[in-house]
Amino acid sequence: MSLELKNIEMKVGVETYIHQTNLKLEKNTINILLGSTLAGKTTLMQIMAGLLKPTSGEIWFNEKNVTGLKVQGRNVSMVYQQFINYPNFTVYENIASPLKIIGVNPSEIKERVGKVAELLKLSPMLDKKPDELSGGQQQRTALARALVKDSDLILLDEPLANLDFKLREELREELPKLFEDRECIVVYATTEPTDALMMGGNTATLLEGKVIQYGKTLEVYNNPHNLSSAEVFSEPPLNITDIKKIGDTCSFLDNSAQWKTKINIKDGNYKIGIRPHNVTIKKNEGNSVEIKGKILISELSGSESIIHFKNGKFNWVSLSSGSHQIKVGEEIKLYMNVDECLFFDKSNRLVKNG
Amino acid sequence: MAKVTLKNLSHSYLKKQEKDSDFVLTNINIDWNDGGAYALLGPSGCGKTTLLNIISGLLIPTKGEVLFDDRDVTQLNPVQRDIAQIFQFPVIYDTMSVYDNLAFPLRNRALSETEIDYKVREIAEMLELTSTLNNRASGLTADGKQKISLGRGLVRSDVNVIMFDEPLTVIDPHLKWVLRSKLKELHQKIKRTMIYVTHDQTEALTFADQVVVMHEGQIVQTGTPIELFEKPKHTFVGHFIGSPGMNLLPCKITNGEINLAGQRIASNTSIKKTNFEKTQVGIRPEFINFSKDGIPVKVLKVNNIGRHRIVDVETGGGKIKILSNPQDEIPSGSAFVTFNQKYTYAYGDDWIIE
Repeated sequence: MSLELKNIEMKVGVETYIHQTNLKLEKNTINILLGSTLAGKTTLMQIMAGLLKPTSGEIWFNEKNVTGLKVQGRNVSMVYQQFINYPNFTVYENIASPLKIIGVNPSEIKERVGKVAELLKLSPMLDKKPDELSGGQQQRTALARALVKDSDLILLDEPLANLDFKLREELREELPKLFEDRECIVVYATTEPTDALMMGGNTATLLEGKVIQYGKTLEVYNNPHNLSSAEVFSEPPLNITDIKKIGDTCSFLDNSAQWKTKINIKDGNYKIGIRPHNVTIKKNEGNSVEIKGKILISELSGSESIIHFKNGKFNWVSLSSGSHQIKVGEEIKLYMNVDECLFFDKSNRLVKNG
Repeated sequence: MAKVTLKNLSHSYLKKQEKDSDFVLTNINIDWNDGGAYALLGPSGCGKTTLLNIISGLLIPTKGEVLFDDRDVTQLNPVQRDIAQIFQFPVIYDTMSVYDNLAFPLRNRALSETEIDYKVREIAEMLELTSTLNNRASGLTADGKQKISLGRGLVRSDVNVIMFDEPLTVIDPHLKWVLRSKLKELHQKIKRTMIYVTHDQTEALTFADQVVVMHEGQIVQTGTPIELFEKPKHTFVGHFIGSPGMNLLPCKITNGEINLAGQRIASNTSIKKTNFEKTQVGIRPEFINFSKDGIPVKVLKVNNIGRHRIVDVETGGGKIKILSNPQDEIPSGSAFVTFNQKYTYAYGDDWIIE
């Protein structure tokens, strides 16, 4: 089983929604589409589902060209951010509906609905109507309906975005387990890097209608091919600054920070990207260099402190463990772990990490 | 601006109340100082929206009083209370320009156009809307629209309190950071009493100086982000704050000590009372370390989520999660862990024993 997008392109009027895209998804995989709103995640999913016909290019499913085949002719389930349920049906009837349509016998329906309801903790509310449920329960009902039929392709479009924080945390741990012993391809769209990291699988980073990188989730996280991919996959946002490298020395353009390096790249100017957890208030293990910061704002999350500061003309974010509250406007020292710097060249391609 | 006091508040949506469960809010007492930044945190269904509606005057509580600067406003309607409220979804006038949207609440109060112009430009500058002032509001993105809603709430200087009801729900994570620090910065500049209602722990903890945690219509703890993290007074706070939340395992209390599956667990609290129906030991994933001896565990799963790893282990008393740094070594199979004594607590019927 595989789903392949071959040279897909989607234009609406003069606007390009999806730039030429090639993507091959294999069976039994969870694939995260990670990108901000308007990056093209939903459009891409609608093309995969057959709800939209691409302007050019082909979609292949199981080595068969299915371009132009309508959604009804494909074995697809889709769950949207805004949960959609039949308001007059009970939870049971909602979950059972796709099975009834394809004529599954009643005893099997009962068994399958029972099983999926158990997984999604809906068993106690099978007789209730959707409007008697909380938002989280309604979304789990919509998820259950997508899971109850044996779809080849399950498309989840930000399914947890409207849910409570804690429920989201719980469900993103549960979801991968639900697919563990199923023969299907799962595509999951989200704006949150943490979702991708928690779900594992593969990740495609998207920006402005382009897939900028696709690979194993941690591989994409650790080795973003370009600056955009690194930015899409960082939360809090990636810190970016200009540096020059001469011989074995790297330094900020204003010379306010300097460090020795062993990396083997040509001398010249580069951009470095460094994630906030590698810029800390206290010196951590590894090679770190002191940088100056003027505090813009400091936030506490209980276990961690998020400090926004200015270094030269750039705004930075630091994420440190422990509680540090620093006054706005104060000038402090922070430590940047140079082992974790990502180096990008003039065309923003990754040249080296570390 | 005003100090907000809630005194012995209870609310029921039923006409007649016979039992405790008929109430959605029970015995709420809060003192919010003039000019403070506060958050009301809890899952959907905990009663926080009911409480917000009582403060804003959309609902009159069944019992108790609402005071602004010690003046009883319980029976006053929202207009008489002079408050500003910002909702989950942007409320804007589509046909008006950004400027006119921001000026609207001021024009309603018949301020002079020069004064209006000054205030609108001031708030637009803070929210980085200056360049779009002449654009039509309808053409903006979701976060642009929400900035206008925020701006309209913040533009008046005569309000008693500004209330935010999940204002960042529709905003992309990358922009959430920006808007949240913007809000915090605005609070430090304009020093108005702000109440921020959310289910998102990160938003509550980063915005507020004091967080009120609600659970099933009750306040379970009020405290600074650090207090809520380091010493949860109720198991719900332990679970709800922190990601992953606090580990809670059923335990016995013998001779004033915590006993987990036959093993004594050290804690700094002396336990005197023992007549509980349910006793649990609570320890956050951040405060557990692998060690040479201690509590025997079996390592089940290691989930690498980038800046740290979440390790699932099984103890004799049940499964727990451990948060470990990327540089820490994680054993496989059988191992030992120790709980940091300072942050190990016993809970009796869900409340901390101290």
